[in-house]
Amino acid sequence: MDDSLFGFHAIALQHRADRNEILARNLAHADTPGFQARDMDFREVLANAESQSPLRRTHSTHLPAAASGAADPALKYRIPMQPSVDGNTVETDVEQAAFAENVVQYQASLQFINGKIRTLRHAISGERS
Amino acid sequence: MSMLRVFDIAGSGMAAQSVRLNTTASNLANAGDVAGSEEAAYRAKQPVFQAVYDAFGNSPNVPVAVTGITESNAPVRALYQPAHPDADADGNVWVSNVNAVEEMVNMLSASRSYQNNIEVLQTSKDLLLRTLSLGS
Repeated sequence: MDDSLFGFHAIALQHRADRNEILARNLAHADTPGFQARDMDFREVLANAESQSPLRRTHSTHLPAAASGAADPALKYRIPMQPSVDGNTVETDVEQAAFAENVVQYQASLQFINGKIRTLRHAISGERS
Repeated sequence: MSMLRVFDIAGSGMAAQSVRLNTTASNLANAGDVAGSEEAAYRAKQPVFQAVYDAFGNSPNVPVAVTGITESNAPVRALYQPAHPDADADGNVWVSNVNAVEEMVNMLSASRSYQNNIEVLQTSKDLLLRTLSLGS
């Protein structure tokens, strides 16, 4: 990632948003028979983001590599503490806790980015803080 | 922008749960129905939820779909009421197989799930608005 202004926080924010969606999906499917809850291994995602540069296309007609989805290796299936008869592995309380945690971390990333912007503003306008 | 897909997902969950609430309401309202034959008796209805994946099985958002409404196959009860205008030749009318306790549990579960989805929507909306106002 070349974006050196926000650096790590921009990547983290993007993945927090992805995780938010995955957890929202789990909660929406709390009553769908056979639905398998999933979650993101954040450590693995960040490690991948740091180590791998996106695949470069050498020809304009080449297809881009698939964006993150079910094929994402960092997307894991949740192991339920109390499996249910209909095969649904969503545990609402676990998902809600994970959702709340993720929201706080998303807001933390936002705060960091806001701080960067504020610093930059100070530098541009030359005010004393 | 993946955060916007949360609205689709939670919205589909709310729509599915409201179908479930509707069937529960209709079951409870018809709990005391009687009919002239076993076939015509009211049977408790129940929606079937399903996760919608795309052809590759990895669609980015997996909304909840209601794929159909099933009818309970619990036996309907015969009630001996020869004076009833709908009674059959043996003097029986057939009472619906709605189980009121089951329906109340269903109603509670549906409303809790609905509330969960609303909560997800609210929180995601707040996050998005904060993201939009970055740097201000």
